[in-house]
Amino acid sequence: MGNALVIPAIVAVTLLTVGIGFYGLRLARTTSDFLVASRVVSPTWNAAAIGGEYLSAASFLGIAGLILKYGVDVLWYPVGFAAGYLALLLFVAAPLRRSGAFTLPDFCELRLGSRRLRILATAFVIFIGWLYLVPQLQGAGLTLSTVTGSAYPVGAVLVAVVVTANVALGGMRAITFVQAFQYWLKLTALAVPAVFLALQWQADARPAVTPPDGPIFRTATAVVVEHPATLTFPDGEVREVRAGETLSFAPGDPVPEVSGVATDASDWLLPSTAGDDDRGLFATYSLILATFLGTMGLPHVLVRFYTNPNGAAARRTTLVVLALVGVFYLLPTIYGVLGRIYTPQLLVTGQTDAVVVLLPEAALGSGTTGRLLAALVAAGAFAAFLSTSSGLLTSVAGVISTDVLGRGSVRGFRLATVIAGAVPAVLALNVSGLDVSQVVGLAFAVAASSFCPLLVLGIWWRGLTDLGAAAGVLVGGGAAVAAVLVTVVGPPLTGWPAVLFAQPAAWTVPLAFTVTVLVSIASRRRVPADIGATMLRLHAPDALRL
Amino acid sequence: MPQPRARIVLAEVSRREDRADRTRTELAQQTRVGEALVRGLVRAQLALALRLSLVVMIALGGLPWLFAIAPSVSEVTVLGVKLPWLLLGVVSFPFLIGVGWSYVRLAERNEQDFTDLVQRPER
Repeated sequence: MGNALVIPAIVAVTLLTVGIGFYGLRLARTTSDFLVASRVVSPTWNAAAIGGEYLSAASFLGIAGLILKYGVDVLWYPVGFAAGYLALLLFVAAPLRRSGAFTLPDFCELRLGSRRLRILATAFVIFIGWLYLVPQLQGAGLTLSTVTGSAYPVGAVLVAVVVTANVALGGMRAITFVQAFQYWLKLTALAVPAVFLALQWQADARPAVTPPDGPIFRTATAVVVEHPATLTFPDGEVREVRAGETLSFAPGDPVPEVSGVATDASDWLLPSTAGDDDRGLFATYSLILATFLGTMGLPHVLVRFYTNPNGAAARRTTLVVLALVGVFYLLPTIYGVLGRIYTPQLLVTGQTDAVVVLLPEAALGSGTTGRLLAALVAAGAFAAFLSTSSGLLTSVAGVISTDVLGRGSVRGFRLATVIAGAVPAVLALNVSGLDVSQVVGLAFAVAASSFCPLLVLGIWWRGLTDLGAAAGVLVGGGAAVAAVLVTVVGPPLTGWPAVLFAQPAAWTVPLAFTVTVLVSIASRRRVPADIGATMLRLHAPDALRL
Repeated sequence: MPQPRARIVLAEVSRREDRADRTRTELAQQTRVGEALVRGLVRAQLALALRLSLVVMIALGGLPWLFAIAPSVSEVTVLGVKLPWLLLGVVSFPFLIGVGWSYVRLAERNEQDFTDLVQRPER
C-alpha cells in the first residue's frame, strides 16, 4: 500500500485524542472529576461519548467484512448491537442510575449486600473487559499492517500504550470529550466515503451486486495466498492452493469459491431457510439473544450511566445513544455490499475485515479523492480502536483499583490502569490468529449470561437473593466462559457441538435465569431486610427526591 | 440598607406540602400504604417494559422464523432491494428508536402519575 496520507491521518487522530485528554487533565481537579466527571456532562455529550465508546473495531470494520463474506444473515449483528441499547433502556437505565452504583460490583453490594458476590462480579467484569480488549488491539495491529505494511505488533502496542497513558493521566472527564469527538469522527469517516462510493457505483452504470454467474473481478488482480485452501471455479474445476502462491485474474474473470465463504449469489442474498439448515436458525437466534441482552452487561457501558445527573436523564441519554448508533449502523452494510463489486479478491484471501479500509481506493482509484478517503477511513478505524479500548480500560481499571487494590485514590487508579492495560496487550501479541468479530460476539454472550440476569432480576424482582445471584452468575456465566475457551483454544468441532459452543447464548442465558430464580426461591430467607427501601430508591421518580 | 431576604410561603401551598410530606414519610418508612404504592409503580413500569419488548420480540424476533418457513417472502423486491436486506439493514433501526421513544414517554407518564398520587393523596 503506497498511500502516503494514511500514516499522517492515524498520527493526527492519535495526537488529537491525547491532546483532548490533556485538555481534560487540566480540568480534572478532584477524585470525583477524575472518575465520574463530577456528573456535569450534558446528556448530548454523554450520549455521543457512549456511542463513541461503543462503536468498536467490530462495528467499524467487522460488520462490513462479515456482510461481504456471509451476506444477509449477519445483518443481525448491527441490529442486535443497536437493540442492546433498547433492552438497556427498557429494563436497566433509570433504576441503575438511581441505585447510585458506579460499577457492576457496586450494584451487587448495594442491592444484595454481599461482599462475596461483589468479588465474583469483579472477576467477571475483568474477564469480559479483557476478552473485549484483546480483539480491539488485534484489530489495530491488523489494520496498521494492512494499510502501511508495518509488523503486526506495532499497531497493537501503539494503541495499548496511547490508551493506557491517556486513561491513566486524564481519567473520565477527559475520556468523555475524547469519546464524544470520536463518535462524530467515526460517523464522518464512514458516511463521507459512503457517499462517494455510491456516486461511483452510479457512474459505473450500477454494476450488479450479485451477477448471475457469481462475483467477478472488475480489474486485473493478483492474489497472494496466505493460507492453504480449496478453490472451486465456476466451471467445476477444483484446485488446491498453497501458501505463498500467486493467483492472477483478468478483468471479467469469475471469483472462485473458497471453502466456507458464501460466494454463491442466493446463499449471500437470501436468509438461510429452515429446510437446509436448522443450525443456522439456532445460531441466528443465539446471536440475537447475545447482542440484545449482552449490551447491558458490558462493563464500559454501565460506568457511563453514573455520569447522568438522575434516572430520567439516564433514560433520555440512552434513547439518544440508540438513535446515534442506529444511524451509524446504516453505513457498514453499504461497504459490505459494494465490497462484493470492488474488492472481490478479499473473498479469496479471507481478509474480509479489511474491506472498509481498502474499498475507497479500490473503487475510486488511487487519485487524490481515493487516497484522501482511504486516509479518512483509516483515521476512523483508529478512532474506533482508541475509544473502545479507553472505555474498557477505564472500567476495568476502576474495578481493579477499588476492588483488588482496595484504594480509591487517583494514584491507585493510575496503577490499576497500567495493570489493566498490560495484560491484554501481552495477550494480543500472542494470539494473532483469533477472529475479531467472533471474539466480540463471545464477550456479548458471556455478558448476557452473567450480568443480564443479575441486573434485570435485581432491579425488578424482590425475591432475588445473594445465593441465587451468585449461582446464576457461576452457572450461566461459567458455561458461557467454558464455551468461549472451547471455541478459542479447543479442538475444531463440527455439526451441533460447534454451533452450541460458538453461539452459546441461546442455552446459557435461559440457564442463568432459571438457576438464579430457583436458587433464590430455595434460599428465600436470605432476601435482604431493606428490600422495600431499595426498591423505592430504584424506582421512585427523581422529582420526589426521596 | 436592604432588608435580609424573607421566605414567603403561601398558606395553600404549605397545607398541600403537609399532606405530601405525610405520604412521603409513609413511602420512606415503608408503611403498608407506602409499600403498596411502590409495588404498584414497579408493576406498572415492568408491565410497560415487557409489553414493548414483546412488540420487538414479535416484530424482529419473528423475522428469522418467517424467512425460514416462507422463503418466498425473502424473494420480494422493494425499490430494487430484497425485502430481508431492507427490513434488517434499514427499517429495523427507526423501528427500535420508535419503540425506545414511546417507552421514554410512557415511563415518564407512569412516574408523573405516581408523583401526582403522592403529592395529592386526597384526590
